[in-house]
Amino acid sequence: MRMRTLEISVGAFMLIGFLALIVLALNVSGLNMAPKSGSYKLYANFENIGGLTTRAKVAMSGVQIGEVRAIRLDPRLLMAEVELEIYADVDYLSTDSSAMILTSGLLGQQYIGIIPGGDEEVLGEGDFIFNTQSALVLEDLVGKFLMNQVSE
Amino acid sequence: MIDRIQRLGHKTLSKLAAFGRSGQILLQSVVARPAPLMMLPLLIKQIYFVGVLSLVIIVVSGAFIGMVLGLQGYTILVDYGSEQAVGQMVALSLLRELAPVVTALLFAGRAGSALTAEIGLMKATEQLASLEMIGVDPLRRIIAPRLYAGFICMPLLSMIFAVVGIWGAAVVAIDWLGIYSGAYWANMQQSVDFWNDVVNGLIKAVVFGFVVTWIAVYQGYDCIPTSEGISQATTRTVVYSSLAVLGLDFILTALMFGDF
Amino acid sequence: MDAEKRASVYRPSPQDTIIEVTDMTFSRGSRKIFDGVSLRIPKGKVTAIMGPSGTGKTTLLKLIGGQLLPDSGEIRLEGQNIPGLSRRELFVVRERMGMLFQSGALFTDMNVFDNVAFPIRVHTQLPEDMIRDIVLMKLNAVGLRGAVKLMPSELSGGMARRVALARAIALDPDIVMYDEPFTGQDPIAMGVLVNLIKRLNEALGHSSIIVSHDIQETLSIADYIYLLSDGKVIAEGTPEELRQVESEKVRQFVEGLPDGPVPFHYPAPDYVEQLMSTGETR
Repeated sequence: MRMRTLEISVGAFMLIGFLALIVLALNVSGLNMAPKSGSYKLYANFENIGGLTTRAKVAMSGVQIGEVRAIRLDPRLLMAEVELEIYADVDYLSTDSSAMILTSGLLGQQYIGIIPGGDEEVLGEGDFIFNTQSALVLEDLVGKFLMNQVSE
Repeated sequence: MIDRIQRLGHKTLSKLAAFGRSGQILLQSVVARPAPLMMLPLLIKQIYFVGVLSLVIIVVSGAFIGMVLGLQGYTILVDYGSEQAVGQMVALSLLRELAPVVTALLFAGRAGSALTAEIGLMKATEQLASLEMIGVDPLRRIIAPRLYAGFICMPLLSMIFAVVGIWGAAVVAIDWLGIYSGAYWANMQQSVDFWNDVVNGLIKAVVFGFVVTWIAVYQGYDCIPTSEGISQATTRTVVYSSLAVLGLDFILTALMFGDF
Repeated sequence: MDAEKRASVYRPSPQDTIIEVTDMTFSRGSRKIFDGVSLRIPKGKVTAIMGPSGTGKTTLLKLIGGQLLPDSGEIRLEGQNIPGLSRRELFVVRERMGMLFQSGALFTDMNVFDNVAFPIRVHTQLPEDMIRDIVLMKLNAVGLRGAVKLMPSELSGGMARRVALARAIALDPDIVMYDEPFTGQDPIAMGVLVNLIKRLNEALGHSSIIVSHDIQETLSIADYIYLLSDGKVIAEGTPEELRQVESEKVRQFVEGLPDGPVPFHYPAPDYVEQLMSTGETR
């Protein structure tokens, strides 16, 4: 009888523990349990990526459609080359889509926003996005503003 | 002078020997003869003593630490107008650091010291020797289930701690300080990564559970079987495991989150 | 009369020896606990190993049980050298030994029944109802059949020792070792234990080894006695023989004199001199 209550309490304890893991996975980290149906890679060159980091999200109209896999410097163009991993079900990005580095909130993380174009053809594995807009760097902005002030 | 060097040498050698003995205990009780199925009833009993009985202290301290984090985070973040980020701050600090470390420290104080005292008392009352005379290996019968129970319970306790802490912070932030609950959870979900934060925290908890239980069991098994010896061993368990946890935490953090 | 008969005929001979210790040395740190001890434990008899505290009597039992290893010498159990056995062989040999520890050493997390049943469950595959019968029989032998449901913490010291005795004989061992069975017992419990040890030895026919420094009780039940001091056997014989030994050391122990070859005073500087001088006591 004593053994029984003991076993029940141990079982409940284990259950609570695993429940905690599930809560952490789903509620706290927002882990997506649905298996990703694969992805494809796109590349984009930016003059300046600002504070963009790997694993930053790639979004269209604010909806996440992928993430940044890698960032490196292209030695010939002397520009940053960003490798994007786009979910496979987003297969309708036209070739004239543009990518820009945006900031979520005033001090938030930077991410890449994709704005679709109107071309018939769509981007596939390994393609480049040519229309890009660099990150907004606060110093440049302040500099421009000051120049305007002086010239007026 | 020579005497001092000799004493240093003697100390080093005896520490090394103790370390060797503790490794031997671990090896003989767990690695060499894993028979967890046969000792399931013993294991369940130990999980009860080590895990279930630690639950109250873990839940209570988790709730309070979460609430303090929520309060402190809010007062700091509100200066920058980003008080919505309190959820993110609480979740990250709990998952990565506070849950595994504080749980391990509480675990050392609550379960570790109890393990040492219990095993030490068994040694002092000759129960271990008597097991041996009956023909039962005390390492297998007494030590192994306790080691396994510690390995199993620590990660579970740490996760319970994290969940309770996040919930405590939510109570403070959402209900008292009036942060929009959507912002609290959404910010958290956006910045917390399952593999990077939850799983890494879990790995820490597993490592700490292993180390604390190992130290506790070894100190009990190796103590001088007198009341004084047992009390010293219990103190040593708490001190050594706390130091080991904090030191290992730095190493693990550097490996997991440092950019090497 | 009975005692006289034993005194005249009894000598442990090689034929009926169950344990033979030959020239065994054991030291702890730099202190020599045994220095070339040889003795024979006769089969089916009660053998007592006596000596002042700190002579390593308990250590001797642990050496026989294989829990400690001697530095040199042999401990043979019917020809098998115990220090030379592997861990597994040792556990097999130990099935033939029962040991009553000084503190009883009952498992505190089990009740009386489970404590006595423990060795049976470990070493046999008997069905549960048979185990129950054996346990009740053993407990009846020590007069505690009524205490099956109690936990060790609910037993008095004497009762705990009797339960431990029931556990030690649960598997009908060939050798039962008693480690200081009389220490810290009230006179009634002591009488009960003395009686039990004697009766069980006669009824079950095992060989008993008693380690003790309670002279009167031990002399009253032992068939043969070894007296240890300073790591050596200083006297041996039947209780009557021992009472007649001339050696001062033996006399002091057997008669319990406060002063003698084992001095009352711990080595110290001259009494008067120390009182007259100043300081240096701390």
